[in-house]
Formats: sequence, structure tokens, C-alpha cells
Amino acid sequence: MQQIKRWLWSWNEQFSQILLGLILIIMAVLLHHASPFFMTWDNWRNILDQSALLVIVSLGMTFVICTSGIDLSVGAIAALSGVCMALAMHAGLSVELSICLGLAAGAAVGVFNGLLIAKLNLSPFIVTLAAMSVTRGIALILTKGIPIYGFPVNFTWWGSGHIGSLNPPILMAVLLGLLAALVLNRTKLGYYTLALGGNEEALRRSGVAHKTYKTIVYTISGLTAAVGGLVITARLNTAEPLAGWMLELDAIAAVVLGGTDMKGGRGSITGTIMACLLLGMLRNGLTILNIPSYYQQLTIGLIILAAIIISELRLRNAPGHGTITKED
Amino acid sequence: MVAKTSNPLVRVSHLNKSYGNITALLDVSLDIYAGEILAIVGDNGAGKSTLIKMLAGVVKPDSGYIKVREQTYPYLSPTKAIHLGISTVYQDLALVDCRDVVSNIFLGRELVYGGLMVDRRRMEKQARQVLDKLQINIPSLKTPVGLLSGGQRQGVAVARAIIQGGNVIIFDEPTAAMGVQESAKVIRLMQELARAGMAVVVISHNLHHVFEIAERICVLRHGQIVAVCKASDYQPNQIVELIMGVTPITTDGIGVQKDAAN
Repeated sequence: MQQIKRWLWSWNEQFSQILLGLILIIMAVLLHHASPFFMTWDNWRNILDQSALLVIVSLGMTFVICTSGIDLSVGAIAALSGVCMALAMHAGLSVELSICLGLAAGAAVGVFNGLLIAKLNLSPFIVTLAAMSVTRGIALILTKGIPIYGFPVNFTWWGSGHIGSLNPPILMAVLLGLLAALVLNRTKLGYYTLALGGNEEALRRSGVAHKTYKTIVYTISGLTAAVGGLVITARLNTAEPLAGWMLELDAIAAVVLGGTDMKGGRGSITGTIMACLLLGMLRNGLTILNIPSYYQQLTIGLIILAAIIISELRLRNAPGHGTITKED
Repeated sequence: MVAKTSNPLVRVSHLNKSYGNITALLDVSLDIYAGEILAIVGDNGAGKSTLIKMLAGVVKPDSGYIKVREQTYPYLSPTKAIHLGISTVYQDLALVDCRDVVSNIFLGRELVYGGLMVDRRRMEKQARQVLDKLQINIPSLKTPVGLLSGGQRQGVAVARAIIQGGNVIIFDEPTAAMGVQESAKVIRLMQELARAGMAVVVISHNLHHVFEIAERICVLRHGQIVAVCKASDYQPNQIVELIMGVTPITTDGIGVQKDAAN
């Protein structure tokens, strides 16, 4: 009996990825038949380019959701970090220094979130909701609501430059994705991220500085959101205080679609990246097929709903979710 | 008897703790010796768990101190307690159900190489060695502990305490959720640990088990130690009387005498 359960569960572990992979392939085949343009390299580079931003932001979100937390401030952080980079460059600072400042601003909001959530034991939902408003407010105040545009070429390179036939955002997404997978699965930080979501009290009693690790996780999310801000700002050659609007919801959707458990303790970087690609491919496909964008919203919403229903049914049988029957 | 002549590994002294109006512990002092099994008994709410949680660093005492290795501490943190060699097998086992056996055994003490990457292979090897030594049969170390049986889960918690490498190991109600066979195994295990020179502290409601293993019994009632006695000098019913407070403690002479002199 235990053998069967273990087998089922280990299969379950890979379940989301296998399912996502199948859906990706089926959709690609369908879209290929619907439009000869879909399977061209130009179109695929386009899909990858469009998905890169979401991938980068969702990586940090995966860590946060693995701790059973949530970060609603990532869209606002992306806007603030872009604004900081723009202001720094217009104040005459070098491109490199400006980027560092923007990333530091994003990380700072992450640290702020993390400290409030970990040390004061406040609800992640409320803290990051407030942080979203505060961060967006600061971005609006700094710009007086007016977009800032016109940056040096070696800044816009980060959004629309070329490395071979790929763009820097795609390469950043790949590199950060590899790094995130390595950290989550093979380092103490990753182990503690998952343990925080599984049983934080057990982690505390094992003598781990659990609050510090929790703060680090929110800092990572702030940092990846800031990298997202770099991508948006450099690509559009404009720092918009309203950039990244609702980006947090797309990121949360991608993470959940990728099989990470909202209750924490279980998560997959591969799943998150695949889910981002799925969403990107879907948007692209629906556009190619000339389906109005209202239907895109509807379709994406329904897919996320279906994913959550499947994941919930599957996790009912997973350990740590109460309903499992134990021998003796 | 041999143990008593040596210095205690851990000495708790005049510990007090109250939660609002409720006194959980009142002036509790106790010595813990190497190579000995010490049982802490008492009715529900007598303060047993509070006492061991102070040793584990999970609860802070209001006053008093804990002395380990000639150093006195007003309180311990979980990190400090583990560092000082005090490991605890909690009643709820403190396991992360969705993580696998290896991750749980090494929780907080992961082996790394290059100062960064978790060394799975070395952890699996050591985990297997410890589990084999404890005679706990877990086919796959990659199984999430939420899927294991009660006895196996307890085994994982004990293995973690042993991996922590301390010389004092505390068991909180280790046999409470166990069948006869598994209880016998845990009892044998505690005896082996004591024989290997560790100090074993066990909280139990089961006086039959207490008399089977303990050399000394510490009786708590209403947050106070009413007796610390040699198990061989007492009958179970006398201990029950001490726990219940049926025998007046001040007149019969056994209760006031805290540490058996002979």
C-alpha cells in the first residue's frame, strides 16, 4: 500500500510538468496547423522575448509562494526600479551605476516586505498589498506621473539589443532560471524556503534562523521584480510610473499554473518557466488567429482556473495536506 | 550512583515561568547526568513540557538559569541548545511532512560542499547509517515523511536528534502514539543511547515504561518538583500518589527530599 502511494506521489511530483509539456506540444501543433507563420523562428523569438519578463518576475514569486507567502508588490517594484534607473541616468550617472541603483531600490522594497512579514509576523498578503500601493505611490511622486524617456543606447540594449539572434532579456531569463533552479533544489536557502512553507515551527526548533531566510526570500522577489523593471524600461526606452500594472497577478498565475503549491512546501522552477511559455504562446497564438483580446483574457482566466482545480485535486493525496490515511 | 558522583551535564536552577496568572513552573531545579535515563512525570498541566521546552530553547524562562559545560545561561534559543548538545524529539516530532526523509534528518544541519551546494549523496549515506543503527526500516530516503508510518516518523525525528550530535537527548512522550512493538523498540533505543554515555530525559505518562527504563524519576505537580527519587526505591503506586498529591508532601518525608542522598 505504501509502495503504491509513494509511486503515485512521485509521479504526482512530475505531474504538473508532464501535463504542461503535453499542453504546450498540443497547442503548438494546433497553432501550427492554424497558421503557417506560427512555427517560424521569428515568431518563436517573439514569444520568447514576450515571455522573458514574466519568467524573470515569476522566478522570485516561485520562492515566495514556496514559503506559503505571496508578493503583490512586484509590478510596482518593477515600475519604481525603472523610474530610479531613469532618474539616475538623467541626473548624469553612468548606465551601470543607474542600473545598480534601480536594482537596489527593488531589493530594498523586498527587504522591507521581508522584515515586516518575518520579524513582525504580519500577513504577507496585507504587507505586500500595502507595499504595492506605497511603491507605486513613490514611483508616481518621483515622476510627477509623467513618463521619463530617452536613454543611452547601452541602456536600451538591455531590452532590445542583440546577442547572436537572441535578445538580452531572453538570455537573462535563461540564466536566472538556471540559477533559481539550482538555488531552490540544491542549496540551504532552497531547502529552507521549502521547509518554511512546510512547517516553519519545525525549522525554528531545528535552530535555523528562519526569519532571516524568510526576509531573504522576499528580497529575492524584490530583486527579480527590479530586473523585470530594467527589461520593461530598456525595451520601451521609457520609464513609466504605471509600468508593470497587474504584473503580480500574471506572475502568481504562472507560478500556480507551474505546479507550485499555494500552501507552500512544494514548488518547481521548471514548472514556472513552462507555465510562462504556455501563457506567452497562448497570447501569441490567439493574436495570430485574430481573436480579439477580450477573448484572450477570458481564455487565460479559464486555463488558470482549470490548472488550480487539477492541482488541488492532485494535492489532496499529497503528504502534508491532512487527508492522507496513515498506516497505524 | 556512579553518575551522581560526577558533575551534571546540564543543571537547571530555580527556573520560573508563568503565563498571565497561571504559574507553569515554580522554582524548578534539576541536574541531568551522563549515561542516565531520567524520567519526568506529572499530571497534565504539571509543567513537564514547559520544563523540557526551556531546555530545548523553545520557551524562555522568566527567571533562573540553565548551566551547561560550566557556563550559565539565563535562557537558550533552539540554535544555542543544539549547539550545546541538547537535542529534542518533540511530541509532535517537528517534521516537515512534504519534504523527504533526508531533508528532515538533516534539517538545519545540511552537509554542503564548496560552502554552498547541499551534498545529497553524503547526507543520504549518513542518514542510512544512522537509520540502520536505530534499526528503522525506511525503504526509500526520498519518501516525503508525511507518507511514513508513526514509528518511521518517530525514527526520523530520533535520527535527526542523533545527527545533531548532542550528548543530552530529550524525548517528549515518545511512546504516546505507538503500538506495543514500536514502544518496545523506542525503549530499547533509549537504553542504548544511555549506555553509550548520553543523558536521556524522557517525559511519559506510562509509569510501566518509566519503571522499566528510568534510573531517576522527577515528579512535577502544579509546576513544582515534589520529588526526585531513585526508581528502584519506589513502587509505581507511591509515584502515583506523588503525582496526584494524595499523600501530604510535607509530612511523609519523601516529597521534600529533592535529591536522594544515597
